[in-house]
Amino acid sequence: MLQMKHLTKVYRTELVETHALRGLDIEVREGEFVAVTGPSGSGKTTFLNIVGLLETFTDGEFHLDGVDVKGLDDDARSRLRNQKIGFIFQGFNLIGDLNVYDNVDVPLRYRGFDAAERRRRIEEALQRVGLAARMRHYPAELSGGQQQRAAIARALAGSPRLLLADEPTGNLDSQMAREVMELLEGLNAQGATIVMVTHDPELAARAQRNLHIVDGRTSDLDFG
Amino acid sequence: MFAYYLDLALRSFRRNRILTVLMVLAIALGIGACMTTMTVFRVLSGDPIPERSERLYYVQLDAEGAAGQVAGDEPSGQLTRFDAEALLREARGDRQAMMSGGSAVVRPAQAGLDPFIVNVRYTSADFFAMFGTPFLYGGGWRAADDQGRARLVVLSREANERLFGGEDSTGRSLRVDDTDFQVAGVLDRWRPTPYFFDLNASGGRFRNSEELFLPFQTAVDLKMRRRGTMSCWGDTQGDDTGLNAPCIWIQYWVELDTPDKVAAYRDYLERYSDQQRAAGRFERPTNTRLRDVMAWLRFNEVVPGDVRLQLWLSLGFLLVCLVNTVGLLLAKCLRRSPEIGVRRALGASRRAIFLQFLVEAGVVGLAGGALGLGLAWLGLWAVRQTPVGYADAVGMDWQMLLFTLVLALLSSLAAGLLPAWRACQVSPASQIKSQ
Repeated sequence: MLQMKHLTKVYRTELVETHALRGLDIEVREGEFVAVTGPSGSGKTTFLNIVGLLETFTDGEFHLDGVDVKGLDDDARSRLRNQKIGFIFQGFNLIGDLNVYDNVDVPLRYRGFDAAERRRRIEEALQRVGLAARMRHYPAELSGGQQQRAAIARALAGSPRLLLADEPTGNLDSQMAREVMELLEGLNAQGATIVMVTHDPELAARAQRNLHIVDGRTSDLDFG
Repeated sequence: MFAYYLDLALRSFRRNRILTVLMVLAIALGIGACMTTMTVFRVLSGDPIPERSERLYYVQLDAEGAAGQVAGDEPSGQLTRFDAEALLREARGDRQAMMSGGSAVVRPAQAGLDPFIVNVRYTSADFFAMFGTPFLYGGGWRAADDQGRARLVVLSREANERLFGGEDSTGRSLRVDDTDFQVAGVLDRWRPTPYFFDLNASGGRFRNSEELFLPFQTAVDLKMRRRGTMSCWGDTQGDDTGLNAPCIWIQYWVELDTPDKVAAYRDYLERYSDQQRAAGRFERPTNTRLRDVMAWLRFNEVVPGDVRLQLWLSLGFLLVCLVNTVGLLLAKCLRRSPEIGVRRALGASRRAIFLQFLVEAGVVGLAGGALGLGLAWLGLWAVRQTPVGYADAVGMDWQMLLFTLVLALLSSLAAGLLPAWRACQVSPASQIKSQ
């Protein structure tokens, strides 16, 4: 599903060069649930941004679901991101002016589905996360857990091959965090590949595999 | 996707009502001011006779005395009666007409109608065909009627309505000053703007057309009152409109259908001028001009200087309004950076974000254009209330209406380019982490 070889990322300014990733070698197979851990500044977020095609890398190789992403233009990267990746963010990142239905609709709009197909997918995704009854609610009218479930529905609606979760329970209390983790585990059990960045060792321990990133390099800790 | 972008734009407007109202107002004010002055400018500088203006030429000869002559001077703006009649007699153009303005008292035969003064154009037979005047009833008169000093008159539509209730009055009698005339024809509405064929006419360059049209020779014969500028340089012997009077007061137009004919007519004018100098009539070196309608209007600087200045000021004002709109759109764009980041993360390309914001700017422009149209209408109404000569000629037509909306749309799209470009440059990685 995801292959990185000798991947480097250097942020350059006129004065400073910062090496965020230093020859990262990672492979994530289809259907895996991988937790990415590491101290602050280790390169976890950079790694996730590159996997999510939100940033480019400086050197190395990166294949996403068999596609060599190096050299793709913005249109191609956006299309790939839209079709193959679902994002779940720590801060939920729902669009406050759109209700739950319209939030879930966002990636489907860019996918070019017709109205009937979008409706079917939205309703199905909201059913899966247990929010079908609240599809006309706005984010501000939902609890943190419900917002995260709406964000997960949004990530799922396009049937992506890869779910990227960045501290998905970071803003939730323990009860809601547990619910969200159970939801992610359920999705993984149904075949979704999940890469989750977390600080929480307990959450990391629930993943099948733990990639530990330190100073832009990784070590693979297998919990499976 | 356009419908989706439109929907997002409307949602965005609902979300930021005050900002949106400010942007629409800024565009509307700029467009309103700009369209008001542009409409006035267009009316004043437009082609008064579009299908014919390239074939119609104004004739100038330098018949004035040698005194006061400055080398390189333009020839006189009008002709002497002698020259005008000579050119008309020789008829070297496809059509030609001599003319002058005047006034007369109309004495209606109908009971209850008091005599009233009207503006009159004394001209020759080709006038109507040459300028393509539309006739409601009847027609003009023939060249033979000019020579025969026929008592014929052509009425304007307004005069016919006033005198004959709008009926077909051809053949009926009308007493003008103290002479009975027979109505030869009635014009339909006809108001060339500017009043190009006589820029020296009393009533200004944007006046309404005259109420009556009479054969020039008839008017001379009857010694009817003339109006307009006249310049004399010698002894008029008490008759400044006499055939040999050294006075210029007649406008002369000629229709020339091909460039060859124009060149030939120029040669003819030169030769005529040479002959007149050889005969001792012309004292100055040969100096002739032949200008088509638009060149004649430009030469006479028909568009008032203050209208030009107003146009530039309003364009500047529109620019200021657009700069303000750019600022407001940028502010809106910056506020929405987190949303842009999320949309990018969910698959929106830079192009999609760019188009989304451009559509939003376009909708602001259309709304501003619609409101600006109302303001322009109001502005034109205000112009019509002013005491300027062109006031009642100013009005909005469908072309200006369409142009207003297109200008508003293009202006707002131009204003939206920078914010849209900034929006599509938002880094999704930094935005989604910062939320």
